[in-house]
Amino acid sequence: MDQAFERLLESWRGTRGNVIPLLQKTQELRGFLSQEDLRAIARATGRSPAQIYGVATFYAQFRFHPPGRHTLKVCHGTACHVNGAEMLDTTLKMELGIEAGQTTSDGEFSIERVACLGCCSLAPVVMLDAEVHGRLTGDKLKKVLRKAKQ
Amino acid sequence: MSAVAELVVGLGSCGIAAGAHQVQESLLQELAARGLKVPVTATGCIGACHREPLLEVREEGGASYLYGDLDAEKARRVVAEHLLEGRPVAEWLIPRDYPYLALQKKIVLANCGLIDPENIDDYLAVEGYQALRRVLSSMKPGEVIREVELSGLRGRGGAGFPTGTKWSLARAARGTKKYLICNADEGDPGAFMDRSLLESDPHAVLEGMAIAAFAIGCDEGYMYVRAEYPLAIKRLRVAIRQAEERGFLGSGILGTGFSFAIHLKEGAGAFVCGEETAMMASIEGQRGMPRVRPPFPAERGLWGAPTNINNVETFGNVPYIIRKGGAEYAKTGTARSKGTKVFALAGKIKHGGMIEVPMGISLREVIFKVGGGIRDDKRFKAVQLGGPSGGCIPESLLDVQVDYDSLTATGAIMGSGGMVVMDESTCMVDVARYFLSFTQNESCGKCTFCRMGTKRMLEVLERITAGQGRMSDLDLLGELAIKVKLASLCGLGQTAPNPVLTTLKYFRDEYVEHILRKRCPAKQCRALIRYAVLPEACTGCMACAKACPTQAAVGERKKAHAIIQEKCIKCGLCYQACRFEAIAISTGEPASAEALEGRGAEAPRGGKT
Repeated sequence: MDQAFERLLESWRGTRGNVIPLLQKTQELRGFLSQEDLRAIARATGRSPAQIYGVATFYAQFRFHPPGRHTLKVCHGTACHVNGAEMLDTTLKMELGIEAGQTTSDGEFSIERVACLGCCSLAPVVMLDAEVHGRLTGDKLKKVLRKAKQ
Repeated sequence: MSAVAELVVGLGSCGIAAGAHQVQESLLQELAARGLKVPVTATGCIGACHREPLLEVREEGGASYLYGDLDAEKARRVVAEHLLEGRPVAEWLIPRDYPYLALQKKIVLANCGLIDPENIDDYLAVEGYQALRRVLSSMKPGEVIREVELSGLRGRGGAGFPTGTKWSLARAARGTKKYLICNADEGDPGAFMDRSLLESDPHAVLEGMAIAAFAIGCDEGYMYVRAEYPLAIKRLRVAIRQAEERGFLGSGILGTGFSFAIHLKEGAGAFVCGEETAMMASIEGQRGMPRVRPPFPAERGLWGAPTNINNVETFGNVPYIIRKGGAEYAKTGTARSKGTKVFALAGKIKHGGMIEVPMGISLREVIFKVGGGIRDDKRFKAVQLGGPSGGCIPESLLDVQVDYDSLTATGAIMGSGGMVVMDESTCMVDVARYFLSFTQNESCGKCTFCRMGTKRMLEVLERITAGQGRMSDLDLLGELAIKVKLASLCGLGQTAPNPVLTTLKYFRDEYVEHILRKRCPAKQCRALIRYAVLPEACTGCMACAKACPTQAAVGERKKAHAIIQEKCIKCGLCYQACRFEAIAISTGEPASAEALEGRGAEAPRGGKT
């Protein structure tokens, strides 16, 4: 176990309701939740690995595999749905060869399907890492991808 | 004309996504290049999201000009013409009598777009924390509750429970330790009111929480925010820290014996956590699964202690109610629904964004006056209220007024404020399928009918949109809907069938068309439509061939293209890419005459932008 992770476990020790923040911070640190880290969280919080795994798998936020260098979150909120979110899925499939929940073989991109990013007046939107791109068409999305690849 | 005092850029999530940072950057560069010393400040959501990025130019003496649809280049011209030559750039100005802004009544959103959300002094300058001061210096908890009861405020999360009653139940609950929770887990797809409010005026919500805590008698609270709202979380962190530094939160608030601490809790992506008992389980670090009520949270909530949960917008109303009095607040609205309601107006609407309208206004006024009607002047078909728990309201009911009871009577609900407008190119069967797939995916799995019933309903809807439905499916859907409603523990399951029930009720014809004639009248359902090139309109520009992911659109340069039906996956990208209206969509029997009639009025989702 490295120091940063150990410090993280220590800083939340004994705090009530610490499981989810610990999972979130661990994922922030590592990019995903490994079996080993889940076990360490279980030990630190006095719960069983099964309980921790149960909590982690309940929430959509948590990943159990390393993500790509860039994460694309495709919004499938109502406004995006009626404004063509599915076309964006098709475009990504065509450009990257993967679907939601997958990572490209070169480890560059992961795609996630999200329920709503709350930027409905710019629908359809895709979030690339921390940046929201709105009013997209297949063509505009290709440009966004090209820029990210550079 | 007077000198320009300040340039204010709208930096809500929507503004940033539309390029507000580039506008800000460009203003700073241009000002520096021209040696001008005008402050460029930030504010939250100005509300006219369809015109983002927005810039307000404030002049000495109070005059102000609002610019919309800006970009870096236009921002430079604003500096050159408005600031240097004193000539506002008329073409991008949003007029003062812009109906979108003029018809709103802002109570909750009064400070949004006015103040810098990351600067507590801005909030203090607009009577911020005055209500808390008054409460702590001259009111008893019972008086606070009475004022809120008098205002008639009802829960803005959607269910509409009277806030004053909720508080008095929590106050009366036994126990010395009590908790307060602010529900900012805005999960309804198509809703962004809470996000905008938290990004634009976080202190108002914190002040409302502190007042509620005083009224109830509790010293610890949680703000449960969706993790998908990073900017709201960041601004809340700043606001909480500033409020603590100034003594509006923490121990011994404003020198009194009252203490109240707020913890920020990030959600982890589970829609069901918007349900209060699931939210409490999530805060405790469990799987977010709802439990049976009673006991209600007011009796036994977080960690077994009495707990009071209100929505962001509900808290946002509280400072105003205390400052102006409950009676004054109650002057707005209808007999049983007081005050205003914030809506996130989106979908096929001309002027979308975050709006606040008085209760009692009709849906028609909201959509056609505030929202300016349907985009591209297409025909209105339905408005969806309340997200996955709500329903679709047809044209014939548009004169219904916005209040809790009237909206419930239509089969939809007030909901938290998502208002998605749909036009003739939206397929209502597909909308029902969309919402069911959402609730099915988000069902926590505890109740059999919610877990399995929604799955079976979804299968039926998928069958119908694939052109394999049977007429008996309609009865099956109705029957399952009732059972899911009756046999589910929490709001998610109890309301999940609403989108199906309302579309079945108001748009039954569309279901029947899909089943009997294998037609999708809106030309959306992929299994029931065909794309074809209109040779006489095609210029052979090859845009469709370039856009097509499956090489189904083919042809030589400058010659009419064609679409190979066997290869076509009906994604609509060729339609979107074509600039010559040379691609037609038909539905029904293959190669029907319709395909040759030209491009109907209906475009696929997305269309052109």
